[in-house]
Amino acid sequence: MSDAKKDAPVEVEGIKERSNRLRGTLLDSLGDRATGAISEDDTQISKFHGIYQQDDRDIRAERTEAKLEPAHSFMVRVRVPGGVCTPEQWLGMDALAQDHANGTLRLTTRQAFQFHGILKGNLKASIQAINTEVLDTIAACGDVNRNVMCTPLPETSRVHASALRYARDISDHLTPRTGAYHEIWLDGDKLDPGAPPEVEPIYGDHYLPRKFKIAMAIPPQNDVDVLAHDLGYIAIERGGRLVGFNVTVGGGMGATHGDPATFPRIADVLGFCTPAQAVAVAEHIVTIQRDFGDRTNRKHARFKYTVADRGLEWLREEFARRAGFALLPAAPFAFTHVGDRYGWVRGDDGLWHVTLYVPAGRLADTDDARWLTGLRLIAQQYAGEFRLTANQNVIISGIQPDERATVEHLLETHGLEQWKTLTPLGLNALACVALPTCGLAMAEAERYLPDLLASVQGRLDQHGLREADLVLRITGCPNGCARPYLADVALVGKAPGRYNLFLGGGTSGERLNQLVAENLSEEKILEVLDDHFARYAAERNGD
Amino acid sequence: MATASHDIAPLIEADTLQQLDAAVGHLSATQLIWASGYLAGRAAQAQPLAYPLAQPVAQALAQPAAPVAAPASYGQAAPEEWAILYATETGNSRRLATRLAERARENGMAVRLEDLATYKPRQFAKESHVLFVVATHGLGDAPDGTAGFFDFLSGERAPRLDNLAYSVLSLGDSSYDDFCLVGQELDARLEALGATRLADRVDCDVDFDAPAERWISSVLDKAEVLSPAEPAASQQPVLRAVATAPAPVEWSRERPFPAAVLANQRITGKRSTKDVRHVELLLEDSGLHYAPGDALGVVPMNPEPVVEQVLTLGRFDANAPVVVGSDTLPLADALRERLEITTTSRNFLKAWADASGSTALQTRLSETGGALRDFLSVNQVSDILAAHPGDVGEQTFVDSLRKLTPRLYSIASSEAENPDEVHLTVRRVNYTAHGREHWGSASEYLARRSTDDTVPVYVEPNDRFRLPTDGDTPVIMIGAGTGIAPYRAFLQQRQYNGDGGRNWLFFGDRSFQEDFLYQVEWLRYRRTGLLDRLDVAFSRDQAEKVYVQHRIAEQRDALYQWLDDGAHVYVCGDMTHMAPDVHAALRDVIATGRGINDEAAEAVLNDMKAAGRYQRDVY
Ligand code: SRM
Ligand SMILES: Cc1cc2nc3c(=O)[nH]c(=O)nc-3n(C[C@H](O)[C@H](O)[C@H](O)COP(=O)(O)OP(=O)(O)OC[C@H]3O[C@@H](n4cnc5c(N)ncnc54)[C@H](O)[C@@H]3O)c2cc1C
Ligand SMILES: Cc1cc2nc3c(=O)[nH]c(=O)nc-3n(C[C@H](O)[C@H](O)[C@H](O)COP(=O)(O)O)c2cc1C
Ligand code: SF4
Repeated sequence: MSDAKKDAPVEVEGIKERSNRLRGTLLDSLGDRATGAISEDDTQISKFHGIYQQDDRDIRAERTEAKLEPAHSFMVRVRVPGGVCTPEQWLGMDALAQDHANGTLRLTTRQAFQFHGILKGNLKASIQAINTEVLDTIAACGDVNRNVMCTPLPETSRVHASALRYARDISDHLTPRTGAYHEIWLDGDKLDPGAPPEVEPIYGDHYLPRKFKIAMAIPPQNDVDVLAHDLGYIAIERGGRLVGFNVTVGGGMGATHGDPATFPRIADVLGFCTPAQAVAVAEHIVTIQRDFGDRTNRKHARFKYTVADRGLEWLREEFARRAGFALLPAAPFAFTHVGDRYGWVRGDDGLWHVTLYVPAGRLADTDDARWLTGLRLIAQQYAGEFRLTANQNVIISGIQPDERATVEHLLETHGLEQWKTLTPLGLNALACVALPTCGLAMAEAERYLPDLLASVQGRLDQHGLREADLVLRITGCPNGCARPYLADVALVGKAPGRYNLFLGGGTSGERLNQLVAENLSEEKILEVLDDHFARYAAERNGD
Repeated sequence: MATASHDIAPLIEADTLQQLDAAVGHLSATQLIWASGYLAGRAAQAQPLAYPLAQPVAQALAQPAAPVAAPASYGQAAPEEWAILYATETGNSRRLATRLAERARENGMAVRLEDLATYKPRQFAKESHVLFVVATHGLGDAPDGTAGFFDFLSGERAPRLDNLAYSVLSLGDSSYDDFCLVGQELDARLEALGATRLADRVDCDVDFDAPAERWISSVLDKAEVLSPAEPAASQQPVLRAVATAPAPVEWSRERPFPAAVLANQRITGKRSTKDVRHVELLLEDSGLHYAPGDALGVVPMNPEPVVEQVLTLGRFDANAPVVVGSDTLPLADALRERLEITTTSRNFLKAWADASGSTALQTRLSETGGALRDFLSVNQVSDILAAHPGDVGEQTFVDSLRKLTPRLYSIASSEAENPDEVHLTVRRVNYTAHGREHWGSASEYLARRSTDDTVPVYVEPNDRFRLPTDGDTPVIMIGAGTGIAPYRAFLQQRQYNGDGGRNWLFFGDRSFQEDFLYQVEWLRYRRTGLLDRLDVAFSRDQAEKVYVQHRIAEQRDALYQWLDDGAHVYVCGDMTHMAPDVHAALRDVIATGRGINDEAAEAVLNDMKAAGRYQRDVY
């Protein structure tokens, strides 16, 4: 492509600008009965409303043959800042999964809910149902700040409560101001056609060049993989109180096969801020990315490239100039864990919390186990809160001591105690959604995970490594939705049944793994892993 | 013949000549003239054209039914056109193809840019200059939606491509085992089919810009030295002769043409309650022609399981010789090929009641018209035999049955857009009743044909269902289920003509996801502007039933405006419910629009009918 073309803003920039503050032609698209799809431009706009157009890729080819359009449906993502929601909200999501979605509730790697398979005609009712529960989907996707994550740490209630408050404040502060969402989905008043569009004080006319992600970690847990996000806050605690945050910048996972200009990146620590500065820090970092991020190439538009291209010194100066204050030197901290810690813990407030394992975040009622039903019964009576984790799991939080036995019984009878029997390999594993809904998937992930785990576990067992605390993550493409580049073992989809294999991530989410081999079949992957496990077992025995 | 053989002798071996004589010996004078044109056409396709003639003639004789690179339309083709065909999944190939097209146009070349996902493979034999930009996906697979083309090309029915000049730009990623496989195989296959490579194939890795640029320059250079109009011009006279030569046989209902099946594709979704087929048949060399609105007659054979049911239930001897008309043949054959066994008539019922001595059937027969008709319409011969067993002789039984009659299917294609082809939209009749599976005759026959088979057909003209002669007249097309079929022909024709008149389509069926027949085509027509409005009703997608007449009512004002602008209205499909309900809805539109009562509105509709502005094709 010529340089002139490269410098021009990409197509999406024009769509955003023309969209009249994210309205686009969504209302017309929704009213068009002849297609299950919305217009092509609207598929970009709808993302800002938390709605992705997808199609059932399992039957795409046969429908093409039948001269039918793809079986379109929509994925809807519900923002849950810090992952914390009430039992009522949980029940609302559960009901929606049955009423309009495909009967499943998907917990994401960003502590959010996803619904799949919502038909166009049911979109509005779905968004309204979500709104009834005082949750929303706005900015769950799109070129804006996404769901703000926060370690859902149950046991130290005070630090968690403060951190969560800042996470929510940041989330609120960065939510787009446009009324389009209310107007389109909630039958809010239409913007007067003559009136000037709403002001977006932070985002301006073009929103951000690309998605933007914020996470907050409470050491020693690094369950949120804080260094994988555009902006990170590492909570610094002294004497049981939150005294401030180390601010990290420029992390991210997404890459493109065969394009060395794209890469996953571990964030840098920029400095320290006080709790009171946390929201201002977010605003200024976001506006810096708004003004300096690359709008000419969406593959080079994430903040990590801005940081990598311009450097930390530049960023510190630009930040201080905008904020009117400079960040302090970072405080010492140490991470010891990634992933979740399963089972029961008692918090410093005397209440009980239980972390449940949800394979690839997909909750459903099946003939084998009625997970949604079990959780529904608990939500109706016993739970104080539900906390979604960064690893696609859920914590039932705030259970009264005298009700713990009842809850345990419900968990057991609904097959929700898998964490008691699985090996670490299974418990640590993450898989992104991939086929059949994800339009970008090149290979299976979520659906393939059980078979893959069984094969890999078999090899571990052969080498006497049954309980090895291995982190395996698999994604259907290099976008990295399950943060694969931080895992000990990662499979990144390349084509149906073919993966690139990465090995050697750190145990605390502070180091990227390395590409070992490309385009491998399962058989080849197991061969490589077998060698690897053999060596590891030998080294361990030699020690 | 003697003089002729003497003249040809030096050019053709004696035994070949004998074969030729044997093959044409029985032909009439007209047929011989036709055959001479046909052979000349074949000769023109074989390169080099001139000397010796023996080989193409021998070829023609050896495989008389082999598909021929459709000469007929050659004469009408634009003087010289380059087709740029691309196969893409993620858009790279399309972008490069578009770039190539732009540059070629700048160079003054006439180009047509087409996506192989929508390209009609049969068109390919008519191309003379093609530039391909194709990507490889999956594990060495063709991009989504384009497999049809590649399958066609690699299959046995692929045409010879001696007149084709081409080049391939191939996109891939060298980290895959099957690097650029699709492009490589395409290149090899085209060569094997006799096509001439204009410029060498270029295989591009993920950084395709530079190599693609090299390829584009090289094909454009090569294109420049080719003299545009030459090859087509030299062939035209000969080929015209073929095109206008009279057909060897007048095919008819009595003498149906065996049309080869080109496609038989289910077009309802997997979970549909209905199995509807898109059937494409080849009319090449039949001399058959049709206009949008016509129907195709299909002469079926009864499905084998139905024949068996009847034989078993009637306790008949399958081999018993029976007389049908002037022929004597085994009963099983007669039931399969000559007689109606999936439908019943009053005469059959009466004969069977007499022969079997069933008093229940006698009572039935005495019922007044409506009830008996309803009874007949839901009972096949097997149902009568099962419910009213009797000991009847084979010949008596045969004499009570009606002769198997052809079924009509609205033609779903325009000949102009699909030379040599005819398309049908067939709903397969297949249901369970009285604890037995039941089949329809012709729809089942068609559903079971595969691409190796032929179907006996004839054209049934229908002048009562015709597009307005003035292309600027707006057209409102209302159809439910397979009633959509003729509108596919209409729109193809309007598109081909370049008619300026507006088009409005109403379609109804059960389920949006499963039963939206030809959905992608209508959506494409709407996108390109051919279809101005598209209103659909799916009866089973919501609690309350919604049909086309409800959409008509919703669009009352706009619809009246169209009528006022002189629009023609067409209704096709179900005769018992849809047509009367739509009629009432239209009457209502007119009554409201004009502020007149129903009676007056009815009169307006009658006037429209008389003037040919309101036409129906219902069954
Ligand atoms: C559901 C989820 C994976 C999961 O299994 O849980 C997910 C699913 C999708 N991601 Fe993701 N991403 C999810 C977390 C992530 C993460 C992890 C994280 O944020 O901690 C990453 C890596 C971090 C990062 O952003 O660098 C991630 C990087 C991407 C990318 C690559 C972005 C890039 O900079 O290159 C895309 C593609 C894109 O944006 O172009 C993407 C796009 C998608 C889409 C929406 C596909 C699309 O654009 O059409 C996927 C929807 C699939 C489906 O059918 O549901 N998703 N995605 C996660 C939802 C998070 C949420 O609740 O908001
Ligand atoms: C002008 C015209 C155009 C037409 N166009 C088309 C077209 O485009 N597409 C198309 O599919 N058809 C079309 N038809 C209808 C077509 O001609 C056939 O009538 C139809 O395909 C059925 O024929 P068959 O031989 O398969 O079934 P038949 O053997 O004729 O019928 C089987 C018998 O089963 C009965 N039956 C069917 N279903 C049931 C049921 N559920 N319960 C009880 N009894 C049942 C029938 O009443 C009949 O007695 C058209 C008809 C006409 C006249
Ligand atoms: C899922 C997937 C599978 C692929 N498989 C192959 C392959 O088997 N061989 C190959 O040469 N290229 C393969 N490629 C690379 C594409 O051919 C390459 O990206 C090309 O530029 C795509 O062109 P398009 O955008 O026109 O579809 C694959 C790409 C994807 C996304
Ligand atoms: S990693 Fe790729 S395949 Fe998996 S959900 Fe994300 S975009 Fe889809």
